[in-house]
Amino acid sequence: MNSKHSKRILYGLYEDEEILLKAVKNARAEGLKIWNCLTPFPVHGLDQALGLKDTRLHTAGFVFGATGTITALTFMSWVNTVSYPINFGGKPNLSLPAFIPVTFELTVLFASVGMVLLYLFINRLAPGTEPDILDPRTTSHLFLMGFEIDDSTSQSQINDVRRVLQETGAVEIAEKNIEEEEDGAIRQIF
Amino acid sequence: MSLLRYESQVRPALVEGDKDYHQITEDICRPVEARPSKTWWICFIISVLFLAFGILSVTMEVIYGTGQWNLNKTIGWGWDITNFVWWVGIGHAGTLISAILLLFRQGWRTGVNRAAEAMTIFAVMCAGQFPIWHMGRVWNAFFVLPYPNTRGPLWVNFNSPLLWDVFAISTYFTVSLLFWYVGLIPDLATVRDRVTGKWQKKLYGIFSFGWRGSAKEWQRFESLSLILAGLAAPLVLSVHTIVSFDFATSVIPGWHTTIFPPYFVAGAIFSGFAMVLTLMLVARKLLKLEDYITIAHIESMNKVIVLTGSIVGVAYITELFMSWYSGSPYEGYAFRNRVSGPYWWAYWTMMTCNVISPQFFWVQSLRRNVIFTFILSIFINIGMWFERFVIIVISLHRDMLPSAWSYYVPTWVEVTIFIGTLGFFMTCFLLFVKVAPVVAVAEVKSILKTSGDQYITKSSEQVEAEINQLAQSTGHYESLIKPQYDDE
Repeated sequence: MNSKHSKRILYGLYEDEEILLKAVKNARAEGLKIWNCLTPFPVHGLDQALGLKDTRLHTAGFVFGATGTITALTFMSWVNTVSYPINFGGKPNLSLPAFIPVTFELTVLFASVGMVLLYLFINRLAPGTEPDILDPRTTSHLFLMGFEIDDSTSQSQINDVRRVLQETGAVEIAEKNIEEEEDGAIRQIF
Repeated sequence: MSLLRYESQVRPALVEGDKDYHQITEDICRPVEARPSKTWWICFIISVLFLAFGILSVTMEVIYGTGQWNLNKTIGWGWDITNFVWWVGIGHAGTLISAILLLFRQGWRTGVNRAAEAMTIFAVMCAGQFPIWHMGRVWNAFFVLPYPNTRGPLWVNFNSPLLWDVFAISTYFTVSLLFWYVGLIPDLATVRDRVTGKWQKKLYGIFSFGWRGSAKEWQRFESLSLILAGLAAPLVLSVHTIVSFDFATSVIPGWHTTIFPPYFVAGAIFSGFAMVLTLMLVARKLLKLEDYITIAHIESMNKVIVLTGSIVGVAYITELFMSWYSGSPYEGYAFRNRVSGPYWWAYWTMMTCNVISPQFFWVQSLRRNVIFTFILSIFINIGMWFERFVIIVISLHRDMLPSAWSYYVPTWVEVTIFIGTLGFFMTCFLLFVKVAPVVAVAEVKSILKTSGDQYITKSSEQVEAEINQLAQSTGHYESLIKPQYDDE
């Protein structure tokens, strides 16, 4: 597992998602590298504006679902033909139509449970996880755009960031240290 | 991803009172953060008393067996399975609202989906108990699971609708629970970042799983919600379809009909919406959420009620027609007996509550009348309970052997087990109302710009103009008006 390491984040807070979207586009146009955006609700188009890759969660969902389908069909066929075949008045042991309801349910069950577990894993969501919160109002009504600052960041770069934050309408600008883990291979794929 | 937030300009506002994002958080989190009111305590104590009654009766039933009930050889399914089907039906509204209405892009679902999903989960928990208590020897309940055993291994019968039910109900419960909790995580994080008490902060910290609301988290959240909705939508339809197979695949006249799956699904949505209305009309008043669960929400739900109620009505009449048209004397007798046999009162209660009463909702002023809607929702709850009673008990009490014909009245144990589940349901719902935001905070914020009353009357150009004005007031007009877009 990747170990946590400290980061210094310079961030601006915005009052409206449309202003944030424009700010993100402006900042990227200026060639600044955005650390992350924190918003109280999903802002449509923010992932494209940030240049994030599409998530592959849905592909994983398909694979989980297909696993469920195959598990259900093979298991029921094996039970009824190999493990314990029962003669129901001469009816066929491999009665596929009767297997459809359970197959469907297991497909949905595997896909949902698998996707949710994967989702929790890639988002690092688990009971007891305590993230470093930059500003508690970002889960309520403020929109945050943050930039990572380290020893290699020059003063002029920091000034650039501050200028962009100010120009794009940030209502507050602040700096804070947080602990964050780097994404491993699986989190990068999804 | 703009496809999820399309909203017509002619739709009524879904968030009233000129709210901003901060105000929405304040309004919805207030009931969670405040001390429970006196009304809440009174409701809670009554619910717990009901629940205690239920626990007593279940204990009696488990110790002394199903002989505590008045079921007999002819009428093998009575209140227990009636209650099972009734509760499962109620459990259909939540996932319907959150899944199917998400796919249909109905913005009004955001006001009621969280509470309706919670209701679904509690209702399915109530429903799932009845087949288990019905088993009699409940300590053997795990026999319904296909696990390797020393009896052969003797597997469960995968050709039986009763087993399909085991899979359908348990899958439905699991998926509904996951769907609900995934949506709840960001809202619990909102509460976590607001509460001040040490223990509250700790507990909400644990239950919000460390949510931050980063762009990537939200992107995955939206993808997951959409696909879970896509999976849950056919799941909702499949669950009551499979419940109806319990009856439809048998050879009992009155049960053995192909109309059952769609008829049961429509009935389930009908009763589920009625229960959502019963609860939400009270909750919006007590928690002062009238700006979020508006008359427009109530009207939309009443439209669904009049639609599904009419489908149910058509199904009843089709059943009667087919019993005559089929020419089968047994089928014909089963339905003549429903209408005018010893249980005629149950049939006519069902007809009045389910077919006649929802027709009032063709009138707009009645659809928008809160008190009328509340009373009617109670009628529908009762009517839908009687529907299941009619299907189960009336069809069974006149079987193929006239010497075995019987009549069935429940014992107090059967009645109090049902009352106990009502208590359980209400207890869970009241606790939920106290610990989690009843309205999906993040989702309401995401529809504010399209459905808030201060936005709805404005065109998109006006909104744009206002944003520009806001930008101007920050003193950096130029950079906002002429952003350099980089979406290549």
